[in-house]
Amino acid sequence: MSDWETVIGLEVHMQLRTRSKMFCACSTAFGDPPNTNVCPVCLGLPGALPVPNAAAIRLGAQAALALGCTLHHESVFARKNYFYPDLPKGYQISQFDRPLATDGTVHFDSAERGRVAVTIQRLHLEEDAGKSLHDRVPGRTAVDLNRAGVPLAEIVSGPDLRTPAEARAWLTVLRQILLYTGASDCSMEEGSLRVDANLSIRRTGDAALGTKTEIKNMNSFANVERALEAERTRQIGLVESGKQVRQVTLLFDAASGAVRPTRSKEESHDYRYFPDPDLPPLRLTTEWEQQQRTALPELPEARRRRFADVLGLAPYHAGVVSSDRPLADYFEAVVAAGADPRAAANWVAGDVMTGYNADGAFAVEPARLAALIGLERDGVVSLQAARRVFAELAAADADPRAVAERLGLVQVRNADALSAWVDEVIAAHPAETARYRGGETKLIGFFVGRVMKLSGGKADPKGVQPVLKERLG
Amino acid sequence: MSAGAVAQETGAALARSDADGLNATLYWSQEWLDAQAGVIDRRASAGETLPLAAIPVALKDNIVTTDAPTTCASRILEGFVASYESTASARLRSAGALIACKSNLDEFAMGSSTEHSAFGRVRHPLDPERVPGGSSGGSAALVAAGVVPAALGSETGGSVRQPASFCGVVGVKPTYGRVSRYGLVAFGSSLDCVSVFGRTVSDASRVLEVISGPDPLDATSLDMDPVRPAAGRRDLAGVRIGLPREYFPPDLDAGIRAGLDRTIAAVRALGAEIVDVSLPHTRYAVPTYYIIAPAEASANLARFDGVRYGQRRVGPEGDIRSLYRATRGAGFGPEVRRRVLVGTYVLSAGYYDAYYRKAQRVRGLIAADFAAVFGTGVDLLLTPTTPTTAFRAGEKTADPVSMYLADIFVSAVNLAGLPALSLPVGRSEGLPVGAQLIAPSRRDELMLEVAAVIERTVPAAEDVR
Repeated sequence: MSDWETVIGLEVHMQLRTRSKMFCACSTAFGDPPNTNVCPVCLGLPGALPVPNAAAIRLGAQAALALGCTLHHESVFARKNYFYPDLPKGYQISQFDRPLATDGTVHFDSAERGRVAVTIQRLHLEEDAGKSLHDRVPGRTAVDLNRAGVPLAEIVSGPDLRTPAEARAWLTVLRQILLYTGASDCSMEEGSLRVDANLSIRRTGDAALGTKTEIKNMNSFANVERALEAERTRQIGLVESGKQVRQVTLLFDAASGAVRPTRSKEESHDYRYFPDPDLPPLRLTTEWEQQQRTALPELPEARRRRFADVLGLAPYHAGVVSSDRPLADYFEAVVAAGADPRAAANWVAGDVMTGYNADGAFAVEPARLAALIGLERDGVVSLQAARRVFAELAAADADPRAVAERLGLVQVRNADALSAWVDEVIAAHPAETARYRGGETKLIGFFVGRVMKLSGGKADPKGVQPVLKERLG
Repeated sequence: MSAGAVAQETGAALARSDADGLNATLYWSQEWLDAQAGVIDRRASAGETLPLAAIPVALKDNIVTTDAPTTCASRILEGFVASYESTASARLRSAGALIACKSNLDEFAMGSSTEHSAFGRVRHPLDPERVPGGSSGGSAALVAAGVVPAALGSETGGSVRQPASFCGVVGVKPTYGRVSRYGLVAFGSSLDCVSVFGRTVSDASRVLEVISGPDPLDATSLDMDPVRPAAGRRDLAGVRIGLPREYFPPDLDAGIRAGLDRTIAAVRALGAEIVDVSLPHTRYAVPTYYIIAPAEASANLARFDGVRYGQRRVGPEGDIRSLYRATRGAGFGPEVRRRVLVGTYVLSAGYYDAYYRKAQRVRGLIAADFAAVFGTGVDLLLTPTTPTTAFRAGEKTADPVSMYLADIFVSAVNLAGLPALSLPVGRSEGLPVGAQLIAPSRRDELMLEVAAVIERTVPAAEDVR
């Protein structure tokens, strides 16, 4: 394997989060009955004309800026011509030689190579095609045009990735950024994010690129990695057995984990691109670009650095807490409500994230969590108890201290109560008491544990030790 | 007169022209006219102001309406009724006009004689052996025959001015973008322009005023007020009119030259200053047009695939490719197929630069020619509309290039997106001669004002030869 270097580039199609389609007013809602979100424009009726969706252009531009691209102040919509039943006009409106944006960079941390810069060759706007449904009517192909005209941004990376794991890791970073901008839902399940991959191999040290193949039909980042692994193995197998890699398009089969050539014929498509005469060149001003820049949130990378450098989070926590914009916003709200940042990060990366990942929502108000963190810091409740209180707050909003009291979780620091428990434990364990007194002082932990158990967790461990030492000593 | 009465009269006139074999209509019915008239009369009696109240207007059958079929004179769209209304026809209706009929045309507006209709050729109203010009020949013939006072046509490369000239009526092509293309079945989108026929400049202007103005449904529509020429101009004092020498070749038809000569003399007598000018790239206009228009057409006509609407034929292999081939092979006529093939070719990898890209550059040069001339203070250009009067049916059908050259004086205007019109200025051997006025971009009003003055001075029906 080490004789071979893998070269991977990715093409990401992202659905822009607009209410209406790229060139008409139809809804982009997912999952509606077939052919209900259609009109003369997206049906390609004779005489109908496209009108660009300003929101799609704005989101595409914001995504491009977030990826560090140069935004072109004049870009051109072009017609990409081919016949397919789910392509109503016989051409797709896309951008070709004058894309919206080019020359971006997205860094990521590679397990093997450390910090790696991956170029974004281009980001262009286009409309989606409809959907051909082969299983809906037996023996026939049905066409659903609800998706036809849905706005997409296609993002093309340079051939800068070297392993399938890198591809996956980079996609994760890319997706984080795109989600931060709000330009897309980036949901692979709903088709708002699709990834095609190009892979070639070359002898380690070679400069020239090998023949690449394109892999489609991967429905998760994990499957992108699996598909690329399968294709890398296939290509190395071919070359090592003296055969050549041919330029083909392959489909990934998630069930078998294999890649297979597409059934369509090996015709090299001539899409006959030309500028769409229905759409004047898209012109943007410097002022407009500045507005889009201003509208961008702090991006994950900058936020991660600030969390580490300014708030003092450990690198791991800074990464986890900044990975998702709502999560990071929540974290900042907890800190703003007075919580210690490191303690807040512990909570956010722990119980908060578990609940958020399950429900997509934050069940506990940031101020409540901040108050709870304060109770734990002040020793009013133990960490263990605080987690129980958190679970209660998630079920029903309430004052954390009141909940702790209601559940009897407020730690007992009263010397009389502690002494009573300590005396009872010592009386119940004469052998251990003798050993302790004989010099085996590490048994102190054993006694603390017994006292905690006896108290039902209510004893303040910090208060128990001195009492124990005094009675045993 | 009530719209109901107009509908009756219009129906009778349409029936007569059909019976006479003009073959200018593709759809109308008395019930349809009466139903429209009922709506117009109700609106009028409710006190609505209707600028075109009960004015019958024929609609070229490549403009969609929801209450009548739209065929584009093609088998492939036989039976198709649009689910939406074009902006132009919606504005006509809103102004109270009576849509008189859908008129015959060259299939998908591709032709210069209206012989390329799947539903038979249109006869010239003055001589059934001759063509009315095209592609808007049905609309031109109906206005010339007195069936309707005005009609909508469409231009891609002179398809209104050329038949207007042949038929002896007024044909106005506005600046590209002043009339919405929404609902005009696309041929060459960067050239296509809904345009107007009228018996007089004033009739055409009234209709143009109603249908022009910005439309949010057309991204290429201009943000300009409707075309509204001022009334009251009596002479042409202070107007500088250029005669581009490339439009007056030595072999120009003698009757056409005579018609133009008297027009030039009249214009001079009206006080205009006449200057000789040059548009050096004129001879490249037709070849450039026949690259750009088919290229755009090849994409525009891809949607007629038999999948969603219109005629469908299942091919022998039974698969989708076979369906496309069978549907398009049977549905498109020979001229449409020729242009789709040419357009596909000039956009193909390896040929794009040599043809399409180069044609776009030449298009820029042609537009620059006009801009340069207008930049010297010339207000309008005056030229013949056509190199000959109406030719005989069948004369050019076997030779596409000679047919294309019938548009030699009109296509440059479309490439440059300029407003232009054709005005009848006399007859030669009984056949109308048209003069063309070309204006700078967005100067439609000036052009119409000057045309109205010329119209009053130059008798259109007088023999000049």
